[in-house]
Amino acid sequence: MRRILALACAMALPAAIHAQQPNVQVQSPDLHGSRQLEKLTEASVIRDYLESWQTLDQALDQNQAQLLGADFAGTALGKFTDTITDQTKYGIHTRYTERGHNLQIVFYSPDGLSIQIIDTVDYDEQVMNGEKVLATQPMHARYVAVLTPSQTRWMVRVLQTEAQ
Amino acid sequence: MRLGPASLLSVFVLAAAPFVHAQSAAMNLPQNITAGSAFSIPTSGSGQGTITIVGPAQALRRNVQLGESVSFPAGVLYDAGSYVVVLDAGSSISAGTLTVTPANQPATLSFLAEPSRLPVSLPDGISGAAYVFDAYHNLITQPLPVAFNLTGQAGADQTRNVTSANGVAWTRMNSAAKEGSAKFIASVGGVSSTRIIEEVPGDPCNLIISAKPDGANVLVATAPVRDCSGNPVPDGTIVTFTENYNGTQSTADVPLKRDIASVEMPAHPGATISVASGVVAGNEVRWEGH
Repeated sequence: MRRILALACAMALPAAIHAQQPNVQVQSPDLHGSRQLEKLTEASVIRDYLESWQTLDQALDQNQAQLLGADFAGTALGKFTDTITDQTKYGIHTRYTERGHNLQIVFYSPDGLSIQIIDTVDYDEQVMNGEKVLATQPMHARYVAVLTPSQTRWMVRVLQTEAQ
Repeated sequence: MRLGPASLLSVFVLAAAPFVHAQSAAMNLPQNITAGSAFSIPTSGSGQGTITIVGPAQALRRNVQLGESVSFPAGVLYDAGSYVVVLDAGSSISAGTLTVTPANQPATLSFLAEPSRLPVSLPDGISGAAYVFDAYHNLITQPLPVAFNLTGQAGADQTRNVTSANGVAWTRMNSAAKEGSAKFIASVGGVSSTRIIEEVPGDPCNLIISAKPDGANVLVATAPVRDCSGNPVPDGTIVTFTENYNGTQSTADVPLKRDIASVEMPAHPGATISVASGVVAGNEVRWEGH
């Protein structure tokens, strides 16, 4: 019986871990001649962008604004920090569970100082009061992100949804 | 203590009443609202509750008298994005979503222009990208006409009209033929942003030298050095003179001073003297001793 349980756990664990990873699809860049995008740059931008989502998920779930500084700057950092302040005031936190990203780089500024990503994101947003789930809503939203380079990585300056 | 049937019934009603009220609590959400605009959420039911609006960019909460509309005045919900709205009526909760879209009136421009300094007459040498935001720093993703204008001290102004896509418009411009400061302006919907571009002379063009005797030496000097648009090349630009004589070579690097570079070199009859600056080579003279 114990062996069966262990086997079941061993089989279930990778499935659980896999379930936490969103399905990510990356379309070829569509830059309209603004600037050529090197493969390495493209890869690092996408990596940093997806990491920023993980950071945002954590920060909004734990109401820890200090987590944001590693991935966000400017307008995005200010807005998300304010959200965490308000969530704390209202005694709530939000849990975002990403199910899928379908993203494409659509602009690379001629000076190389900004990159824009369009990302259709499927996720669940849970509004929670402590451990009590107040509501869970499946969301399907088109995000626009603007990233700029810092010394070590690409930082998200704008991250907002638009009406579909 | 023993309870009679009437007491039991009242306990049951009291216990069930909030649940019944909660079940009937509902709200009628607007699907989209414009950032910063006033809106209201009609509710149904009775009793007290709270409405929480939360998304990544903003969180709000209001107490609500069920059965009435909750009014949100202008300027309260202003960050563009998707929101979950939760009506908490005690033991029952209803939820929905709404989307806040950016206002279509531009308020600020984030204008990136480069370089700040470049040579004259460089095709597509100047680039600019303008991100368009509303009054609440939401990126306006609806297409908008953005005008880019480059005005300098000399030369015709250049204008490009570009329709923004996903909140950004960009262009490339040629630098002017004449040196000087130029204003690079992006404007949209009555909002503009200006950057100053310094256009400086380009590389020397048509380097020409002449030689004349100067005692035991020969004095070699350039004609006034200009770029290919006729602008004087800045003082300090290095000009290299090279003398070849009988298998030996001597060179001298001389900075331009008041448009001219000059140097004294050994006067070897039959020597050839040439001139260059950067990637530009000039003429060659042969010193015949006079």
